[in-house]
Amino acid sequence: METLLEIIGLSISYQTKKQEIKAIDNISFTVKKGEFVAIIGRSGCGKTSILSAISNLIPYIGKIKFYNDKGLSTNRPQIGYMLQRDELFPWLTIRQNACLPLKIKNNYTKEKIEYVDNLLEKYGLSAFKNSYPNQLSGGMRQRAALIRTLAISPSLLLLDEPFSALDSQTRISVCDDVYNIIKKENKTAILVTHDISEAISVADKIIVLTERPANILSMHEINLNKELSPLKRREEKGFASLFETLWGELHK
Amino acid sequence: MKRKYKILSFERRKYLKNQKIKTTLIWSVRIFLLVFFIFAWEFLAKINVIDSFLFSSPSRVIKTVIDLQSQNELLKHIFTTLWETVVGFLIATILGTLIALLLWLFEHARMVLEPYIVILNALPKIALGPIIIIAFGAGQKSIIFMTVLVTIIVTIISMLTGFLQTDKGKLFLLHSMGASKMQILTKLIIPNSLPTLISTLKVNVGLSWIGSIMGEYIVSRQGLGYLIVYGGQVLKLDLVMMSTLILCVLAGLMYAFVALLEKLLTKWQ
Repeated sequence: METLLEIIGLSISYQTKKQEIKAIDNISFTVKKGEFVAIIGRSGCGKTSILSAISNLIPYIGKIKFYNDKGLSTNRPQIGYMLQRDELFPWLTIRQNACLPLKIKNNYTKEKIEYVDNLLEKYGLSAFKNSYPNQLSGGMRQRAALIRTLAISPSLLLLDEPFSALDSQTRISVCDDVYNIIKKENKTAILVTHDISEAISVADKIIVLTERPANILSMHEINLNKELSPLKRREEKGFASLFETLWGELHK
Repeated sequence: MKRKYKILSFERRKYLKNQKIKTTLIWSVRIFLLVFFIFAWEFLAKINVIDSFLFSSPSRVIKTVIDLQSQNELLKHIFTTLWETVVGFLIATILGTLIALLLWLFEHARMVLEPYIVILNALPKIALGPIIIIAFGAGQKSIIFMTVLVTIIVTIISMLTGFLQTDKGKLFLLHSMGASKMQILTKLIIPNSLPTLISTLKVNVGLSWIGSIMGEYIVSRQGLGYLIVYGGQVLKLDLVMMSTLILCVLAGLMYAFVALLEKLLTKWQ
């Protein structure tokens, strides 16, 4: 697999009135095309900052390099960002919400709208196209948020604890949904989470962060059966021992 | 309709019926209260428990209305005040919202101006009355200016608060899509503040009437505020009571109009 993203010596600090807070300290890793990478760490260790830096929303030190088919790319590729809460705009219908990034990027073309309509159809939301978000369940809303993220056909998806606001049952099924959609659409994704089992069930690679200022504690290639859904993977043989290892690392 | 009724369960029908009874009851009591108040007022005035010279009575109010109307005076006064109020209300709301938008856009200006806005809000605007009259002349212009002055500061403050309270997650989302400040404004800030705008409008209905009546107290030759002052001066208190009652009706109508607007604008809720 070819490399899509390379992060070299990334450090991030925040300025407050009282002090400077160092969130991330000298992190390097790569993400390959089509890979699903999970970053885990304790709450408040600065996981989200890494995603913000990748999408260039905050200042950082270090290098973030993107590659395309021809090698090193000078432009940042299209990046789709999915947040903890769905953040659907309550005054827009589901379809209008899903098309929002197209409008922002001045890319509101017939083709693109058709693409979004297709996604809505494919992932069971076309009947709710003209409904408002408050008429949908939490799981459906999160699916709509994912379709909004996919609208611009991003080559990289950043998922910032996208399931943490859901109740535990919905969470597992939405996680399944989202995983399947991402795999079917052949996307590269970085998931940030504090939920160890969630990370093991979806990821090809897991990066474990230390407490703040965070650097990389360990990296694990996950070799569970890739054909299975995240829910089924939880029953795989290696799952429990991986969980134990990661739990041990996080709670040292 | 009949068919639809059939599918409803017994419990549902019972619930709907109860709801209907409740609404009817509330409205009947409301209307009863009003009618009772009017009759009690009339009766107590007749048997001299209430001094009808001071507090008037429904029949005297009606007589005043008929007298004024026969001289073709009544509608002129009503429209004068209504015009001043509505124009002042609109100017204050539109201008206030625009100023709030500018303050939202320019953070430094906002920080600089904040204490001045707070002081202006606390200032009793009527204190500026004499200056306004000299500057704008003894006419409707002064009254409208007074109305705007009374209403605009509150509009700026509440709209700005609404703009600033926009959900951080939604802002972050738009930033992550690479939205410009203008796009954030049109796609998020403005639609998100519609509920704030509606509640500001509701407050402004009351304030703009205060402004126009206050303005007419200071300087006017016609209008309901003028009638009130005139009635007080020549001891025709029926005139005062009549004008007040008409003000009640007009303010109520204007509020109902805003409530209708709310229904239209916030369908998604």
